[in-house]
Amino acid sequence: MNAPEISEKLRSKFGDAILEVKAEALSDPFVKIKPGMLSEISLYLRTDGDLQFDFLMCLSGIDHGKNILGVVYNLYSMTKRHKITIKVELPAEKPEVGSVALIWPSAGWHEREAYDLFGIVFTGHPDLRRILLPEDYPGHPLRKDFKVPEFYGGMKVPY
Amino acid sequence: MPRLNDGALRTTTGRILRREEMAINMGPQHPSTHGVLRLELVLDGEIVVDVIPHIGYLHRCFEKHAEAMNNYQQVIPYCDRLDYISSMNMDWAYVIAVEKLLGIKVPERVEYIRVIMAELQRIASHLIAIGTYGLDVGAFTPFLYCFRDREGILDLFEMTCGARLLYNYIWVGGLAFDLPAGFIDKAKAFCEYFRPNIKELNDLLTYNEIFVKRTAHVGILPADVAIAYGCSGPMLRGSGVDFDLRRDDPYSIYDRFDWTVQVGKGEVGTLGDCWDRYMVRVREMEQSLNIIEQALRQIPAGDVFSAIPKRIRPNPGDVYARSEAPRGEMGFYIVSDGSATPYRVKARSPSFVNLSVLPEISRGYMIADVVAIAGSVDIVLGEVDR
Repeated sequence: MNAPEISEKLRSKFGDAILEVKAEALSDPFVKIKPGMLSEISLYLRTDGDLQFDFLMCLSGIDHGKNILGVVYNLYSMTKRHKITIKVELPAEKPEVGSVALIWPSAGWHEREAYDLFGIVFTGHPDLRRILLPEDYPGHPLRKDFKVPEFYGGMKVPY
Repeated sequence: MPRLNDGALRTTTGRILRREEMAINMGPQHPSTHGVLRLELVLDGEIVVDVIPHIGYLHRCFEKHAEAMNNYQQVIPYCDRLDYISSMNMDWAYVIAVEKLLGIKVPERVEYIRVIMAELQRIASHLIAIGTYGLDVGAFTPFLYCFRDREGILDLFEMTCGARLLYNYIWVGGLAFDLPAGFIDKAKAFCEYFRPNIKELNDLLTYNEIFVKRTAHVGILPADVAIAYGCSGPMLRGSGVDFDLRRDDPYSIYDRFDWTVQVGKGEVGTLGDCWDRYMVRVREMEQSLNIIEQALRQIPAGDVFSAIPKRIRPNPGDVYARSEAPRGEMGFYIVSDGSATPYRVKARSPSFVNLSVLPEISRGYMIADVVAIAGSVDIVLGEVDR
């Protein structure tokens, strides 16, 4: 299936939960969905006979600025050989979205990374800990408003 | 190991240790972890009950750095340092993503040179993987043979761009330099020299009985688990999944060459064991040689610089582009806001994702097998931690 067909299928199944579809874009075609519906839509994408998205290529956190964070899911189907990108946007005050680590186990570490670097909380994640930075690191460095702390662990941070 | 109020010993993940269990750290400084990786092993005697990998010791804020550059080209030297033993493939993966964002095509000759460099780099990288894997399970000589042959490739790179390890050679829209005089003959000579050495390596290591006993039936990764965990490259193909981005999600000019995708068959053990993953790498070197020889024959003359401005400003948008690095799917997710600096760069590195399956395939084996299993995953901490 190509991107317009996939997004049409999602729209007919989930209706209001699909916020924006850009299937003919110059960049990768994507479907923006309501964060609350992520788990349901993911499970559908993974299990539906025509879609069978069994391979999560990439999961990226992003800071859109203006107090909006986002998560981008790049999906691929090994059996059907098609792709789609799913996007969600979250308010920066309460960046919470359901975890897909039980649907695609590869999301486990990617979600830990997004939690570590952006502070996005993935509810229902089996083991949500920091992954790259030390456990006691202050803040989430990939947020655009992050300031490097002057001192860390009692030592002055260079530059 | 935090001990909470109830007095029970716990692992980092909160699992309470049973009376007969013990938790031991392997690493961060350990010869078989190929860098600064710490594995928290939960052991029952010598049997591994669980493995908890701890990464991040080599985190260099690649993604934050990329957002602080003045332009897109400045990110390329940082990409070199992701997987520092296959820098060409890292550069190329990033450049593919930027070129996709810009929507440009590069000259024919550039594509050929990039393929030649990427495949040479793949051989060099697999040689390290194979050599150090032998070292992990106790064979020292093959390591020296592999490094001897890798020198030939590094000499070719040095002659092309002056660097032996971190090249900064593949640029957006072209290359840093054209091929130097005499490169094609030297590369052909290397292919002729190297092909018989693969047989030598097989006689020395691959079918060595001790090596087979250490690696066959160990660390079995079933195909469905490999796909679910996002494994790619030799990890995925070792489990019998016939999938290679060069053929199945084609980029550049790989469709012009005659070569085959190598998959594990479970010849000496079970499908998806350590030996299968190792063998996929050995056979891929032969295929890379095939591709290089064809590319050297077909390479056209021409310019290696396409006309793009010094300061590129892609239209706002985002792309995810992936390519087949020696360790698997190297993907870059790049977001542009229309300015000259990338708004967000995410590196989806193959080792990072492949490593996440390690606990799944290590449970129930002995401690010594963990060394063999971790070696067969073939991680480079530079790209795991970024």
